[in-house]
Amino acid sequence: MEDIREYVVFKIDNEYYGIDIKFVENIEKAQSITRVPFAESYLEGVINLRGNIIPVVNLRERFMMESKEITKDTRIIIINFNGYHVGLVVDSSSEVVQFDEENIEKAPKIGDSIKNDFIKEVGKENERIVMLIDIRKVLDIVETESK
Amino acid sequence: MDMNQYLEIFIDESKEHLQEMNQILLELENKPDNLKLLDAIFRIAHTIKGMAGTMGYSKITNLTHKMESLMHEVRTGKVKVSEKIVDILFECFDALEEYVENLIANGEEGALDTEDLVNKLAFMISNGGDVETEKTISNSTAETEEETNGEHRFSIEFDDITKNVINKAIESDVSIFKIDVILDENCMLKAARSFIVFNKLESFGEVILSKPDVELIEDEKFDSNFEILYFTKLDQLTLYNELMNISEIHKIVIEEIDEKIEVAKEDKIINVVETNDKEIDKISNKLEKKDNKKQAKKASKTVRVDIERLDNLMNLVSELIIIKTRLEDDGNKQSERRTSEMHETIEYLERITTSLHDAVMKVRMVPVERTFNRFPRMVRDLSKELGKGINLVMSGEDTEVDRTVIDEIGDPLIHLIRNSIDHGIEDKATRIAKGKDENGTVALRAYPDGNTVVIEVEDDGNGIDSEKIKQIAINREILTESDANQLSEKELINLLFNAGFSTAKKVTDLSGRGVGLDVVKSKIESLNGTVEVDTVVGKGSKFIIRLPLTLAIIQALMITLKEEIYAIPLNNIKEISTINSEGISMIQDQEVVLYRGKTLPLIRLGSILDTKDYEKNVGDMLVVVIKKGDQEAGIIVDELIGQQEIVIKSLGRYLKGINIIAGATILGNGGVALIVDSNQLF
Repeated sequence: MEDIREYVVFKIDNEYYGIDIKFVENIEKAQSITRVPFAESYLEGVINLRGNIIPVVNLRERFMMESKEITKDTRIIIINFNGYHVGLVVDSSSEVVQFDEENIEKAPKIGDSIKNDFIKEVGKENERIVMLIDIRKVLDIVETESK
Repeated sequence: MDMNQYLEIFIDESKEHLQEMNQILLELENKPDNLKLLDAIFRIAHTIKGMAGTMGYSKITNLTHKMESLMHEVRTGKVKVSEKIVDILFECFDALEEYVENLIANGEEGALDTEDLVNKLAFMISNGGDVETEKTISNSTAETEEETNGEHRFSIEFDDITKNVINKAIESDVSIFKIDVILDENCMLKAARSFIVFNKLESFGEVILSKPDVELIEDEKFDSNFEILYFTKLDQLTLYNELMNISEIHKIVIEEIDEKIEVAKEDKIINVVETNDKEIDKISNKLEKKDNKKQAKKASKTVRVDIERLDNLMNLVSELIIIKTRLEDDGNKQSERRTSEMHETIEYLERITTSLHDAVMKVRMVPVERTFNRFPRMVRDLSKELGKGINLVMSGEDTEVDRTVIDEIGDPLIHLIRNSIDHGIEDKATRIAKGKDENGTVALRAYPDGNTVVIEVEDDGNGIDSEKIKQIAINREILTESDANQLSEKELINLLFNAGFSTAKKVTDLSGRGVGLDVVKSKIESLNGTVEVDTVVGKGSKFIIRLPLTLAIIQALMITLKEEIYAIPLNNIKEISTINSEGISMIQDQEVVLYRGKTLPLIRLGSILDTKDYEKNVGDMLVVVIKKGDQEAGIIVDELIGQQEIVIKSLGRYLKGINIIAGATILGNGGVALIVDSNQLF
């Protein structure tokens, strides 16, 4: 069991990304998001999740990709990273994938893409490549703490 | 057995006892010969010792045991209460407090070593009067007499049933004795020895009660003594001799109960063989007082509730209020079709939620006394340390505020009081030269004011010189000279609250000053409160803290900026008005309008919050006039939705420290509106 890792896989454009399942609390359909002034540009806003206020990060904005309208497939993945409850807006998400340790490799550096900072590993499943994201980096939690 | 479940109780109770001890110690300093106070300290030390013993905290047990012994000596007059004694008691108190803090933090007593203190105590005990000297027991009468002079303290207590039994027994020809059996220090098998004592006693009469319980004694779970309530037909002297025949017994103390307990108010309760009457009167008087005290203590019934449970209850009430708002919204939407029944129902629901909210809030309210309690001690220490005479005057200790506030407000207040004493109040010579009373006064007041609670810290010291502040601000390059010259006196004084200012100023003063006034300010603002200073040079200064009564649910004005909805706490709103853009003029890049004979700075909230599609309003526009202390400003908004009770929700850790936004609230439709912290707009 030790060498199997489980990831929640989601899609942005035609690429697949994965988040370690241990950080994922649940996956919500898109709902109205309230903008928060003075926050980072990639912070889409906050949502009401059953009475709790959850900040939501737009991963497209974070990865410096073109923005896209919310569709019926749009999902908000609610994660709990060391007590930080944050939602991630993604194009769609529907599956959990298990990777054998041997199918996980260090991510190759791709040009000067900002994604290099966020993706340290990739998982291979049949023909598909899933980019495994480093949540601490994506949420920039160190910086937030020192503020 | 798992002791953890008792840990909380232990901590809570010890805290309470320590608080009481603190107060008594302070009182004792002024009235060193008040026996009641000595009794009380003895009782507290004893109680804590008992509790700590049960929990297995040997350091606490050790320390309190020695405290108890010292108090015993003091009470019997063998040691006189002196400043030294009060000081050492304070030291003990500090040590105990630290132990309890350690227990809170990590469930263990911690490494604090009080052996020194224990030795000091022991030294005092043996120096003040010979207590533990090993007198050979030659004459039973002498021994008992010594104990009477020493007024041996029995800790055994009776419940009502036992008291009834005692009272009945008194009517018959049975004698009732309280016996304290003190085993030899070197006694190896304490349990076995006590078993022999019990055996012997059982052969002449009946053991009714023992402290600790018989089971505990059998398990050897006691120090070196145990107390017994005993019915027998033997007389006291015979009983004494019988018991002293058992080996390895250090001392036996016997008291006879020959008066009914409940009615024993005027006369002696306890009689000891062959003692003179005066002694007895003294003892019984003291016991009477103790009895009265016990009854008074029973007066209020309380239940300890975990704050988390209260928070939970509070959240549920919040949910209810949200649903109520939603119902109101729905009702309004279909106002034409809305029947009067629906209207009534909603009003009823509103009444219930409001009173439920009030009730829950009240549960969370605690008197500020809890925080104020520690100040007399602090002021005492400070005034000793600095050699300044300080009178601390407190009022309104019973003013109630939310529990969360109580926990948070302590540090800012400590800081303000320290400030007043350090920097405000002059030394004795200066005060006399100025024609002031040589002792300075620090007043700490709390009182409710509408929806807020006000706490004031006032001193009659030297006040704050705004000119000096100006100079420092210029020297430290916080302000340029020309900027500084334009500030009013009040604005200059408010510079004190700037980060980097306050700490800088204190470099020349007392060392070890941790936080600055900026920390005080930010702490209070984090509680949605405000702080102001009033000062007259030469006369003194007054810090005024205003805190909201409740934290979680507030009244707010809901406004819109384009598509976005924001809430502005009603507390901070003075009024709402309309102005015309033609009335706006510019002063130093700031839009102002003449309003009620004063210039009112205008804030374009939409621009500050960077609202999407924001455009400058022109023509007639709505202005919400907000206030902070005696400053005012007008916020220009697009539309008013109305006043609403809102539940404040935090934005969470991830969005900590976002400017101007104090939190969020959930709207009737499930959406989220942000709460504007209007204090930050100034």
